[in-house]
Amino acid sequence: MTEIGLGHYLTLGAIIFTIGVVGIFLNRKNIIIILMSIELILLAVNINLVSFSIYLQDLVGQIFTMFILTVAAAEASIGLAIIVIYYKNKGSIDVEQISSLKG
Amino acid sequence: MLAHTIFFYFFSFITVFAAVMLTISKNTIYSVFFLILVFISISILFIMIGAEFLGMIMLIVYVGAVAILFLFVVMMLNISKLTAKQITRKGLINNVSVGSLVGVIIFLELLVVIGGWKYKNNFLPLSYEEANNNLTNAHAIGNVLYTDYIHLFQISGMILLVAMIGAITLTFSKRENVKKQKYFKQIQRDKESAVSLVEVENDMGVKLDD
Repeated sequence: MTEIGLGHYLTLGAIIFTIGVVGIFLNRKNIIIILMSIELILLAVNINLVSFSIYLQDLVGQIFTMFILTVAAAEASIGLAIIVIYYKNKGSIDVEQISSLKG
Repeated sequence: MLAHTIFFYFFSFITVFAAVMLTISKNTIYSVFFLILVFISISILFIMIGAEFLGMIMLIVYVGAVAILFLFVVMMLNISKLTAKQITRKGLINNVSVGSLVGVIIFLELLVVIGGWKYKNNFLPLSYEEANNNLTNAHAIGNVLYTDYIHLFQISGMILLVAMIGAITLTFSKRENVKKQKYFKQIQRDKESAVSLVEVENDMGVKLDD
């Protein structure tokens, strides 16, 4: 219990991943919180990669964490641009009202 | 070792608390602030575990760029007055049941995987730099990133470029009734079309057509 090992970090990653997934399901207000939940999921993946990288003494995990960071930043910027242009067209970003596709 | 344990539990509880609050808070601005809190505590955990370069990069990229981007978008769009009125009870309850079911299942699966994970026998690490030499974390990452992974590094730069162009073209809009600089017209002007010699009569002045 007092010795912090790999399992503790992996469990933290699992908890944050689960919170991110549940956040996508529960959220009915606006789509920005869904984007933030996706950021949380990517963060959980990063935690797993870094902790494995440290405990296995292999730097490749940290390298790939940097690539995930890049992709997350790009994804956030594109997603927010889409949200801004959607709000400009429709005047609302409620999740329940975004149903043009009737999906 | 005890300090490590105490700090780990402290920052991971802050992280989990902030992640939960991010999901359930009513105001979107508060969600962004809790997102910043999550990022800061996770980067502290990274620095503590020994990946200090990555922790600092996470602080710069996530807190300095991504969270500020979220903050600006939340401030720019007028969301707060929309949030209160349209939350239907029935849909919320339905979502809570399905969402928590899926969440619990995913969490249990992850726990089973973590509990059953074991080291492979005579595991051989791929890169020894950090273990063997007295290199700092940033130095070791640079040694690997700029040699073995240079192509992936450059491709990630291309991804950022494409994202930048995409964001600009998406949000770019032509506005009417606004005078703007027309570069090509400006460059194409020559002496013949721009300058004309006028014979000015005495006491008459020059009439410009503009």
